[in-house]
Amino acid sequence: MKQFKGRPVVPGTVKAEALVSKGGFNTLASYQKSLMFGDKKATCSDQNNPDLYGKPMSGKALCLPQTIGSTTGGMVLYCAAALGRQPACLLFSKPIDSLAAAGAILANVWTDINMPTVDSLGDEFLEYVKTGMIISVSEDGTVTVE
Amino acid sequence: MKTKMVLTPEQQAMLNGEKGEAMAKVMKTLVMYGEAFGAERMVPVTSKYGHLVTSFGLSVMKPVYELIDKLLEAGAVSGQKFTVDPRPLDNNVPSNFLQNLLFKIMYSKQESYEEQLKKMGLINDHAFTCTCYLDEVGNIPEKGEVLSWAESSAVVYANSVLGARCNRNSGIIELFGSIAGCVPYFGLLTDEGRMATWIVDIQTTKIPEAQILGSAIGIKVMEDVPYIKGLTRFIGTELNDKTKAYLKDMGAATASNGAVGLYHVEGLTPEAVELGEKLIKPDAKVYVIDDAELERVRKSYPCIWKDPNATPRLCFIGCPHLSLIQLKEWTQKLEKRLNELNKEKVSIPTIFTASVPVLNAFSKTEEYFKLVKMGVITSYICPLMYMNNPLCGKMPVITNSNKLRTYTTCRYHTDDEILEIITKGGI
Repeated sequence: MKQFKGRPVVPGTVKAEALVSKGGFNTLASYQKSLMFGDKKATCSDQNNPDLYGKPMSGKALCLPQTIGSTTGGMVLYCAAALGRQPACLLFSKPIDSLAAAGAILANVWTDINMPTVDSLGDEFLEYVKTGMIISVSEDGTVTVE
Repeated sequence: MKTKMVLTPEQQAMLNGEKGEAMAKVMKTLVMYGEAFGAERMVPVTSKYGHLVTSFGLSVMKPVYELIDKLLEAGAVSGQKFTVDPRPLDNNVPSNFLQNLLFKIMYSKQESYEEQLKKMGLINDHAFTCTCYLDEVGNIPEKGEVLSWAESSAVVYANSVLGARCNRNSGIIELFGSIAGCVPYFGLLTDEGRMATWIVDIQTTKIPEAQILGSAIGIKVMEDVPYIKGLTRFIGTELNDKTKAYLKDMGAATASNGAVGLYHVEGLTPEAVELGEKLIKPDAKVYVIDDAELERVRKSYPCIWKDPNATPRLCFIGCPHLSLIQLKEWTQKLEKRLNELNKEKVSIPTIFTASVPVLNAFSKTEEYFKLVKMGVITSYICPLMYMNNPLCGKMPVITNSNKLRTYTTCRYHTDDEILEIITKGGI
């Protein structure tokens, strides 16, 4: 078990299985097909992301450095949340980028879903955590990897 | 809601719900967004017009349309008129029966969404383009003005070439800024955030292909601000139509291959002319770009066609949308090459995309009639949204746009290569 301390951008508590993207997470490319074809598991459709491609994202603790790609990114994340296909939480090793922040905050303010979002967890977090590990997130931004 | 940001009494009242629940939520979103980046206050949006990224009525974006309905019902409309990204559909662009069927399903909300945009503050029916800042379109912010825009290629152009101030906002956030009339003060709005943390030293032997240069810079610096040296040797120190077109294409590649929101070009862009090397932070890193580096970046692009040797079915030129001078220059190049080959028409269906106002201006020139005669189609479509149709994405399509390459299955070629392919009919 190891603990990492980050900054809660959207505070909350949750426990979920980790899904790790070592490279930047392209929000539009990742969600495009699942949103278009009503896939409730939100299977990642970004062919350029070997860590996530083909894996379900819904309900997972999404661990990532930052998001990349189109400025529709925040809106796409908001849509995923409003349709109940969002990750359990978003855990960023780096300071959050403006598109991801927009998505997390829009989901928090405009929907009833709980999607805690923590950033600045450090490079060590992303090196340590592996897909399938169980993660607990605390209100103060403490992330425990079991 | 307790805020770390210091709000004006009017902003606080909005947050407290004195202008209704919808406006309170708009303000809460902007406050949380600002606080995530350490903003201490809001600043007024000072540009005449806004620009939105969401131009498509994708059926899956239902939650967005519901949100906009809530805003409209509450009277929370944009305080400024705005332009918006290009439309996803145009009958001028070839597509088969099945592709059309899927387009209808995918973009089934297009009509109703455009109605929402009109009610929200869309300038007019011709305001659909990613190059809103061109003279013919007229959404041209002044240096120092604060914007609430999205669309990465427009934001990087407004910041870099026009010297306006705008963050790389997400869709919806940009609309909220235009509704509230203010945006959180952080990042590229601040003097500090506009300082360069990279020096890009161009040491090539000839003018770099704008789209590959931008790609190289974007991949290297990601979201940082680069100060580009050595480029004016090739493109001069005057911000004219030609250099603006070059910077438009280079910038779009920096913003899509990386996440650049602002670049400075020594001796050319307004802040670099004004402040020179004072814009460079003392600990700035250096990235040298020579011919070999551009070649290395070019070779790193994967080809994701099923058959890499397939003959292209379509060619898109104009992502971002072409300017008038680019339309004229492409026409002249095509005419010359076809003459040399003793041909009259292009051999690969080719689409030149530009905004309606630019296309209208182009239709009054002699080049327009030449282009039509050569079999090239002009369109206001967003090629990216065309390619997002999975049935279109399966086709071998070529482009000179590094942005289109990044987001779709299109294969990238330089301008010279494109000219050869579309005139000769194959790679």
